[in-house]
Amino acid sequence: MPALNSPPIIEINGISKSFGAFKVLNDLSFSVAPGEKLALIGPSGSGKTTILRILMTLEGIDGGDIKVDGDDLYKMQRNGKLQPADEAHLHKMREKIGMVFQLFNLFPHKCVLDNVTLAPMLTKGVARKDAERHAMELLEMVGLADKAKSMPSQLSGGQKQRVAIARALALKPKIMLFDEVTSALDPELVEEVLNVLWKLCRETDMTMLLVTHEMGFAHDFADRVLFFDRGRIVEDGKPDEIFRHPKQERTQAFLKKIIAAGHRV
Amino acid sequence: MGQWAGYLQLILDGAIVTIQLTLMGSALALVMAFLAGLGRLSRFAPVRWLATAYIEFFRGTSIFVQLFWAYFVLPLFGFSLTPLQAGVLALGLNVGAYGAEVVRGAIKSIGKEQYEACTALNFNRWQGLRYIILPQAFVLMLPTFGNNAIELLKASAVVSLISLTDMTFQAQVVRAQTGNTLVPFLTILVLYFAIACVITFAIRGLERHLTRGLDGIRS
Repeated sequence: MPALNSPPIIEINGISKSFGAFKVLNDLSFSVAPGEKLALIGPSGSGKTTILRILMTLEGIDGGDIKVDGDDLYKMQRNGKLQPADEAHLHKMREKIGMVFQLFNLFPHKCVLDNVTLAPMLTKGVARKDAERHAMELLEMVGLADKAKSMPSQLSGGQKQRVAIARALALKPKIMLFDEVTSALDPELVEEVLNVLWKLCRETDMTMLLVTHEMGFAHDFADRVLFFDRGRIVEDGKPDEIFRHPKQERTQAFLKKIIAAGHRV
Repeated sequence: MGQWAGYLQLILDGAIVTIQLTLMGSALALVMAFLAGLGRLSRFAPVRWLATAYIEFFRGTSIFVQLFWAYFVLPLFGFSLTPLQAGVLALGLNVGAYGAEVVRGAIKSIGKEQYEACTALNFNRWQGLRYIILPQAFVLMLPTFGNNAIELLKASAVVSLISLTDMTFQAQVVRAQTGNTLVPFLTILVLYFAIACVITFAIRGLERHLTRGLDGIRS
């Protein structure tokens, strides 16, 4: 359950972001409670993925500020003044955040086990033995313990994505970002990945942000849903409110289109 | 017949020198290729300029002239090199300049998503390069590195001009002493080809070894 009375773990305050002349995010603000499971939905190009990429420091911001776990993400205190974050500050902040990508981004030259153990060993100095034991627990959890020595090229898309989830979890982040993690999968492989997300959702108190087009899953998974359009939050509410009784016309239109395309809501 | 055995021995001695030059020159070329190739991708502009200047200069001037500089002109500034040192230096720097572009191209060809995974897993720049980018890029560099090594082998014949007793130099000695052109030059033709074949097979073997993991089980 989200700790709604605690201070937010993510505070986004008036951020904007442009790619060239295209304004992806426009004076956007929202916050996330510790442990909250948040689904971000909306049409393509509405800025959902950009938010995750900004939180993972893969993209910078043009304006506004972001606090993660109480600390400024893109600014740091130095000599009593706020300054743009340097690499060391970003490194420290990234420890709190993990991300799973749409296209898995596994390391093709490393076996499954090495994909999972490399980051804890390199960035946290975990001993190989301990990293491997933890990795095997995680692979067990995603149902791929028997694939530990396989190479990514030998796995199906769904298996790759489950490895990618285990790899991100190996760093024990407080916040997990899932960027359309089932969008690149064949339909019959979607469920095995959603099952893993579901397990994480039920069994951990990690804060999770999920960008998805799987509306049925978003409904069951999320404590709260944000509907995005053109870089702004159009509607923010409990899954039932958003999916069953959307107040905004744009939300209604979007959901209607999705249902017409055959997705369960 | 005994006379020819002696001359063959002379040419084989030359072949040893040619192989030495090729190995040492390739080693220097490899180091220079990575230094300059990574240098061109540096965040620091002066490093990029330095790398670019090196690459353009050594690609843009003749290896013949570079060798004469190393052997005949540097001593005027107080740097005296043995013929072998001058040969390795000129060959290594020259071929390294070509190799640098191979290194840069291969690194650039690794997809953005691999870099993003490195960031998301909190690797620093060096760790990402060392453990993720370079191992994948190196496999792509290998075939062209093989070409470069063969180029270096063939270019090594120019060292005969600074009186280094390599294979070509010895063939000329044999020709001068016997008056026979066909036999010595046919011999070194075959020998150059044989050495080039060894390089080709070695690189292919290495490539097979390194790519095996990419579609098979880790052994």
